[in-house]
Amino acid sequence: MKDTQPSSAPVIEARDLNLTFETADGPIHALRDVNLTVGRGDFVSFIGPSGCGKTTFLRVIADLEQPSSGEIEVNGMTPDAARRARAYGYVFQAAGLYPWRTIAGNVKLPLEIMGYSRAEQEKRVAQVLELVELSGFEKKFPWQLSGGMQQRASIARALAFDAELLLMDEPFGALDEIVRDRLNEELLRLWARTQKTICFVTHSIPEAVYLSTRIVVMSPRPGRITDVIESPLPRERPLDIRDTPEFIEVAHRVREGLREGHGDD
Amino acid sequence: MRQSFFPVLTVVAVIVALWYAACVPMNGQWARDQAQRAGVELSFGELVADTLSQQRPRLPAPHQVAVELWNSTIVEEATGRRGLWNTGSLSNRSLIYHGWITLSATLLGFAIGTGLGIVLAIGIVHNRAMDQSVMPWAIASQTIPILAIAPMIIVVMNAIGITGLIPKAIISAYLSFFPVVVGMVKGLRAPDGMQLDLLKTYNATRAETFAKLRWPSSMPYLFASLKVGIAAAIVGAIVAELPTGAVAGLGARLLSGSYYGQTIQIWSALFAAAILAASLVALIGLAQRITLGRMGMDR
Amino acid sequence: MSSTSAPLPATPQVRAGRMQFWGMALCTLLAAALAPAAAGTAPPFTAISGLILAAVAAFMGSRRLPLAPALALAGAGLILAMASLVLAAAPPASAPFWLAMAATWLGLWMYVAWLADLNLRAPALARARSLATPAIFGATLLWLWEVGVSAGGVARVILPAPSVIAERFARSTDILWIDFVQTIVKGAFSGFAIGVGAALVFAVFVDRSPFLKRGLLPVGNFVAALPIIGTAPIMVMWFGFDWPSKAAVVVAMVFFPMLVNTVQGLAASGAMQRDLMRTWSASYWQSLWHLRLPAAMPFIFNGLKICSTLAMIGAIVAEFFGSPTRGMGFRISTEVGRLQLDMVWAEITVAAIAGSAFYGLWAVLEKRVTFWHPSQRGR
Repeated sequence: MKDTQPSSAPVIEARDLNLTFETADGPIHALRDVNLTVGRGDFVSFIGPSGCGKTTFLRVIADLEQPSSGEIEVNGMTPDAARRARAYGYVFQAAGLYPWRTIAGNVKLPLEIMGYSRAEQEKRVAQVLELVELSGFEKKFPWQLSGGMQQRASIARALAFDAELLLMDEPFGALDEIVRDRLNEELLRLWARTQKTICFVTHSIPEAVYLSTRIVVMSPRPGRITDVIESPLPRERPLDIRDTPEFIEVAHRVREGLREGHGDD
Repeated sequence: MRQSFFPVLTVVAVIVALWYAACVPMNGQWARDQAQRAGVELSFGELVADTLSQQRPRLPAPHQVAVELWNSTIVEEATGRRGLWNTGSLSNRSLIYHGWITLSATLLGFAIGTGLGIVLAIGIVHNRAMDQSVMPWAIASQTIPILAIAPMIIVVMNAIGITGLIPKAIISAYLSFFPVVVGMVKGLRAPDGMQLDLLKTYNATRAETFAKLRWPSSMPYLFASLKVGIAAAIVGAIVAELPTGAVAGLGARLLSGSYYGQTIQIWSALFAAAILAASLVALIGLAQRITLGRMGMDR
Repeated sequence: MSSTSAPLPATPQVRAGRMQFWGMALCTLLAAALAPAAAGTAPPFTAISGLILAAVAAFMGSRRLPLAPALALAGAGLILAMASLVLAAAPPASAPFWLAMAATWLGLWMYVAWLADLNLRAPALARARSLATPAIFGATLLWLWEVGVSAGGVARVILPAPSVIAERFARSTDILWIDFVQTIVKGAFSGFAIGVGAALVFAVFVDRSPFLKRGLLPVGNFVAALPIIGTAPIMVMWFGFDWPSKAAVVVAMVFFPMLVNTVQGLAASGAMQRDLMRTWSASYWQSLWHLRLPAAMPFIFNGLKICSTLAMIGAIVAEFFGSPTRGMGFRISTEVGRLQLDMVWAEITVAAIAGSAFYGLWAVLEKRVTFWHPSQRGR
């Protein structure tokens, strides 16, 4: 399990990244001196209390926010160039499906925008819906499905085009724990099958430990990285791995890291 | 608010500039005809100067309207032979007089329409029979041009001896009535099931539920429909002044202006009406801000 | 109503119309008792018997009689009373006649309250009821108008009876059609199309500039509250007496409400949705077409509905300021002057039908286009 260290060219490389929002109450340091490298095939979780900049960091990777200083490269390009090259798929906390399009229509939307041929669109939609186990729901409208199914559809939408990188911002945060467990399992299977790199923001310790090869612990005011934990768990993970001593050990380290971050207040 | 001040100013400035620019082609023909008759050749500068200062232009320039507004309000009342200063009563040539005629009808009608509208809305919310039978008609009545009845009401009421303020107020009343009914029904129904259930657990009576929950929650809706209602009431009062042969009121000024081709008079009456409408809406907006602010409902 | 076979508790129905029921019974008894004393226009025997039938059926319905027959019998009795009172109405009406009229009105109101409080489980029945109750209420008003005007001897120049208006309507369909084409088709529709179309295009243009948007929205909201109808004399002066001036008034009336609604609609898509479009590096037009325009549809239709009513008002009222010798506004103002009020009411009927049909068209289209919106899904 040593190859969690980036071996080939890194997918994401951040050096001395800073981001400050100017507000009426003075500047807010959303990110301070963030250094991080994410290798190909990694599953990296970002965990921390709200306001620690985990979502902001993901948005910087996605070129949805501009850093104030420092450097960041995605696939060896600037985030802007990576976005134009459609290098990543983004999954938000809410499914964000268009109510006026069917499930198939929603998954097809990025393909339409990116100019895929009609036949290719049909093929890929069928393929990714199969992948997230939504075959047979193509003609349904989003508001006719449960929250978990909607979120699966939004993951399918992010997988539909050939992005090597998947950015997920608390994708299961609004779901109940039973559904979340199942989706976590499915996500791991998906990751194994597609070999994608995944950056995953969460505020749940078990979720982070269960999913990730690396866990990035962050803390607020100013938003910064306090610890990076390499997970010793194997890549193959059944749900009951969460009862093993190794798992509990990692979870303990994460909790310690979060507590330390809070000690600064 | 502060950040839209400059953009609004720009947009208004652009509109005024376009207005000035439009005056030249609109009034140019007449100016050239006059010049030709007099055998003079107009330079461009003279043409522009003439189009902005005609007696009866097709499109009066903004400053002409402003001057007319000034002259027919302050100047007329202060120095006119029949003005307030000399006679102690408003001059029938002044827009203050005509505006007051329209305003009084508007306010009376608006008060009647709003009051009845709120009463009906309370009835509809508390009575299923009224809800099912009256509400569809209240909604449907908003889709039909009821203003068309205005002339008939005026003439019929004249025929049975009711003249002056009351007929106009009635038209204003029924125009402001329906928006208030529909808005207030929505507002009184705004509390959700949880809030209503909470009062049920307190064993609150219908009257208490109304006073403590339904009425306060309907305030944003009330003010929204009051704004629609007052705008409709003004339109009602102005249109109601048309069929009686243009005696008094802003509508009468509009009509007499169009009889005699007094464009500047039409435009100044129109602006007086606009100022009146805008200040009434602003007044309701102010009341809204104060009320909702006290109730902690403004954001 | 025969399929209301489900056993229903009797109590709520009694309570629903109880006050009206006793009122009706009392008025009927008084009318029947006083009838012999009144000469000439006493309420006819059929009306009294219809009312008694309705009262008995309602009373039995609350006790033993199954609901469906009770409703049918009470309805039949009320219809009988209505019809015979219409036929017998002539001035000067006696006190018993007015009592019978009040009894019928209370009976109809009881009937509506009764229907409204029914606990209908089948959706088809509930839908039928939601059409029936306003229809009965509307019919009650028309009937009160008809009987009240003829029994009270109200002059035609004050308020013509509905039957007189209907007769006039049927007799003058040719004139009404000419007026309809002149005012609604030529004036309102063309102005509506131009004004709304221009506002839509302009809104997309404004939407590209935040500066313009911040400047225009308050101005647009301000203008939308002004009595624009007052520009009618100016438009008549510029565009002549015929329909172009009416269309111009309509354009001026609908432009800003439509602009404000569309601009707000184009801003209605969520920040997350717009971020998503950005992660796909969608172009401006792609995100407009795929996201912002569909998301704006509820607002656009709201604007279209508001403007459809404004267009009718604008086209009709603008004719009060000058028109050729046809058009609905022209007809209304001249026939009022000649005290031909039945013709005025016929024109108003046309206006009401045209207005609600035009509005209904947009409402139906809205339902089809914005089927996904929560406000449409609920129903």
